[in-house]
Amino acid sequence: MAEYLIKNGFVFDPVLGIKGDRTDIAVKDGKIVESTALSNPQVIDAAGKTVMAAGVDIHAHVAGPKVNAGRNFRPEDKLFTYKAGKGAMRMAGGFSIPTTFKTGYEYARMGYGTVMEAAMPPLYARHVHEEMRDTPIIDEGAYPVFGNNWFVLEYLKNNELENTAAYISWLLQTTRGYAVKIVNPGGTEAWGWGLNCNSIHDPVPYFDITPAQIMKGLMEANEYLKLPHSIHIHTNNLGNPGNYETTLDTFKLFEGEKPKDSFGRSQVMHHTHVQFHSYGGDNWGNFESKADVMMDYVNAHDNLTIDIGQVTLDETTTMTADGPFEHHLTELNHLKWANRDVELETAAGIVPYIYSPDIKVCGIQWAIGLELALMAKDLMRVFITTDHPNAGPFTRYPRVMKWLMSQKAREAQIDAMKYGDKVRDATFIAGLDRELDLYEIAQMTRAGTAKALGLGHMYGSLKVGMEGDVAVYDYNPETADDPELIEKAFGNAAYLFKAGEMVVRDGDILSNGRKRTLWVDVKVNDNPQVRRDITEKFLKYYTVSEANYEVHEEGYLRNPFRIEVDATQ
Amino acid sequence: METVTLTIKKQPDLRLEAEKITPDAFAGKSAAEIADLPVFEGRETAKLGTYFDVAGKGGATAAETKIVIKGDASRVKYIGMKMTAGEVLIEGSADMYAGAWMEGGKLVVKGDVDAFAGTGMKGGIFEIGGNAGNYLGAAYRGDWRGMQGGTIRVKGNAGSDIGYFMNGGTIIVEGDADVHVATHAEGGTIIIKGNGKSKIGGQMVKGDIYVFGTIDVMMPGFVYRKDVDLEVDGTRATFALYEGDMGERHGKRKGEVIYGKIYQKY
Repeated sequence: MAEYLIKNGFVFDPVLGIKGDRTDIAVKDGKIVESTALSNPQVIDAAGKTVMAAGVDIHAHVAGPKVNAGRNFRPEDKLFTYKAGKGAMRMAGGFSIPTTFKTGYEYARMGYGTVMEAAMPPLYARHVHEEMRDTPIIDEGAYPVFGNNWFVLEYLKNNELENTAAYISWLLQTTRGYAVKIVNPGGTEAWGWGLNCNSIHDPVPYFDITPAQIMKGLMEANEYLKLPHSIHIHTNNLGNPGNYETTLDTFKLFEGEKPKDSFGRSQVMHHTHVQFHSYGGDNWGNFESKADVMMDYVNAHDNLTIDIGQVTLDETTTMTADGPFEHHLTELNHLKWANRDVELETAAGIVPYIYSPDIKVCGIQWAIGLELALMAKDLMRVFITTDHPNAGPFTRYPRVMKWLMSQKAREAQIDAMKYGDKVRDATFIAGLDRELDLYEIAQMTRAGTAKALGLGHMYGSLKVGMEGDVAVYDYNPETADDPELIEKAFGNAAYLFKAGEMVVRDGDILSNGRKRTLWVDVKVNDNPQVRRDITEKFLKYYTVSEANYEVHEEGYLRNPFRIEVDATQ
Repeated sequence: METVTLTIKKQPDLRLEAEKITPDAFAGKSAAEIADLPVFEGRETAKLGTYFDVAGKGGATAAETKIVIKGDASRVKYIGMKMTAGEVLIEGSADMYAGAWMEGGKLVVKGDVDAFAGTGMKGGIFEIGGNAGNYLGAAYRGDWRGMQGGTIRVKGNAGSDIGYFMNGGTIIVEGDADVHVATHAEGGTIIIKGNGKSKIGGQMVKGDIYVFGTIDVMMPGFVYRKDVDLEVDGTRATFALYEGDMGERHGKRKGEVIYGKIYQKY
């Protein structure tokens, strides 16, 4: 396999503590090696360029039934976006819900190497894996959703921690899942009764358990299993004015808890797209940012991580397993709505949405996302996402970086809003003169996310022995002064090396790579009760048999990468 | 004003997609440059000059450019797409999506147009001498942004689903219109001088429909209110006013609920 020596670039590596020093990076046999280990390398001149480990996205909706339903019911999202196949590239298109091929290509062009699909309905895990299999280049894993699952609700109602853990083990193995995802715990199940859980103490109908019990119980099971990633939460009451209190209540559930894994993560809970959960006021008129309260808490508690869910001011497609929220959204904007119930497990809704810079609320949402990052003390725990495609497409990450790195760019954006002054009044954005540097961007997009996922031993750094995932950007941190250069450079990587192979050069896709599918195989002691419960539920309730439910590595997964965990002790 | 004349010399085997036939794309170009513009036949990219003889040259701007298309263009799609100014005269007929997303200028088709003509149209004048196909002045598939401005006049008949998701502008059909008129409309005006059929104004939130002739079946979501005397496109007459669609949400203005309106001439 080819050897590469990436010479003289400005290297940013938060794991090694390298802050823009000119360092050579050597890649051989798919891994980062010492330069002395190379015999006849191809030399890449990275002088005047930025070098980082490839990006790791902790939360995006890129594969599976609801993404595909979004593609199906939004032909207008594809209009005028298709490009014919060329070289290694297949025909690809779509904007907020791109095709699988475009998803892989666009992530690679941004210098990303690993992406986590944030919500996999277990019953449709086969579909999720089929789409991930067709997504080139990037390594992927998927989080099955647990927060409204009947097994989980019943076990946790009876405080059966070991049974919950055994069920999680079985479901991760059966669906080839990566982590425990929780979306609107209890609320999506309540939606089946036309209800919702708007606080973490609202009881779930029939099951008589609260969202707080579900989240706390799943956290305990997650730590019992010592999984690489912590539980991954989207809490109740998303998107409503005044919801910051619900979010704070959720954070406080985990006070004093410590991780028990051996993968090096520091958090027991990751809360996703916190922008959508940091709202003050009690209606859309007095709607305001509570990013300060959120970040005071996050800064003071190192056992949790968050991602921002940045609004990008685009026309996009919202999709979430938070079924009741999507109904609420369609009542607000009167655009089309799709809803899907997934028997025993979850549900999902989809609504197109336009985040217009001419609407005050959208401007405030935009500001809140940036504030979360700009108020953060430790950017190893606060990550860039757009909750793709909910707050905007992932292809806008370079633009989000620009806003975070340049106050000038932020001010220009606020000035371009119709109600810029009202946005300034309802938020803290105008008072924040902090400009993040590339070291901090590397923390937010690779080192921090890799660590939080329990993948810090593979990704997020250029340490010797890590995966040969290296991104080179045509951006000179010493001379660049125009913020637009940030967006341009980070959207068109000069090079991306994935597992040691050059897959991008000058923003062009050279190869479809050898993408891997990451999943977690956690062993627990044999649990006859859970085995019996599973058999019974399949016989009594599921419309499919157990044999038609399992996702086999062969056929469904491209290059399966199994991470083994032993929780039998 | 400069004139570019396109004369069809070869009929495409597949329908030709020629979104570059607009005053905007032709402006500032010589005949040779225009002949070099890309068109698509199926999955193949070809040149405009393969199918058309090009004479004349574009004006300095779109507004100073007129395009005349001679011969049978009934297998050429997207003529005048997104045009903002200038003039296009099609002496025969045109295929689908003529004048789609048009923003300004004037587009005249002496013959017929196929479906989705004037899709998402924002402004300008679009005249059709013959008949129009289905989905005239409608929204693109899946989109909720149909015709938003400008005027379309059809001398002959129109197909079904005209003004689907219409938000503004005016469509005048001098002949008859097929089923489904202004479905989901939230604004705009449709005048049918001949007869309508059924399903007129279904799921309509706002907007005005005038029918001079018969309506086979009035939508059950519409309620007769009163008779009104109006002048519509040069005709003075008494119309029966119906409001609906009662099954939809409706906004209020000055305390009054705004419904979609159907006026039928006595």
